[in-house]
Amino acid sequence: MAELNKAESKFVYVTYIRTTAEKLWRALMEPEFTRQYWADTTQECDWKAGSVWRLLKPDASVADSGEVVEIEPHKRLVLKWQNHMFPEMTAEGFSRLTYEIEDKGDSLKLTVTHEMDKKDSKLIGAVSNGWPHILSSLKSLLETGESLEETRHWPKGM
Amino acid sequence: MGADMDKVFKALAAPERRLLLDRLRASNGQSLSEVCAHLDMTRQAVTKHLKTLEDASLVVCIWQGREKLHYLNPVPIHEIGERWIGKYERGRLRALGELKKKLEEENNGRIEQG
Repeated sequence: MAELNKAESKFVYVTYIRTTAEKLWRALMEPEFTRQYWADTTQECDWKAGSVWRLLKPDASVADSGEVVEIEPHKRLVLKWQNHMFPEMTAEGFSRLTYEIEDKGDSLKLTVTHEMDKKDSKLIGAVSNGWPHILSSLKSLLETGESLEETRHWPKGM
Repeated sequence: MGADMDKVFKALAAPERRLLLDRLRASNGQSLSEVCAHLDMTRQAVTKHLKTLEDASLVVCIWQGREKLHYLNPVPIHEIGERWIGKYERGRLRALGELKKKLEEENNGRIEQG
């Protein structure tokens, strides 16, 4: 649509999960959880504002890295995020990932926003294929104890 | 999950609302005026449909200054897929989808050439 000329790329994902904020918070960070729903990856970070953040592939190489911008336990986490697997995406610089958790009574609303101040970002386009899988799997893991099969392994050839 | 899924199916069961989702898929994060542009629907109708989509969590609204921007949330549709598509069917369904797409493209090409 030509009339829209936004200087940004942004996707927003929302899922409602029946769990506690403490459990969801751990599931977003700790490797024993992320390995199950986020393609066997591990995050390396001490989870303090200003700390270095890394997303490691199963072979321990760095897929993405950045920095913790804001952290408010059980509520909000903002990361600077740069890809290291594809040169054209690395060249785009930092994107911004935000997790927000809101209590909606019988469930928690998890909003994940991934954005970049750049039109038609390749990184934001590429991750937009992955987030719905990852978030559905995270929901399944927390509600049923089992993540979705397709998200338990790093994709072949990547 | 039952009640939430009812909302998703009801929201998807109107061509006007699927059109709005297509619009957001083509360009994510639009204001109400942007969504309304070039649409054969009144502003009131669009507002009502967007509200139904928002209640079903298919559309997520984010305020940017004084503007309310609408984003397509694909997660509920993905969850529907996960609910009924088994892990072993996925590959075959994808192959079938590709085949259908390819055959239809070929057909269209022939009609255009003819």
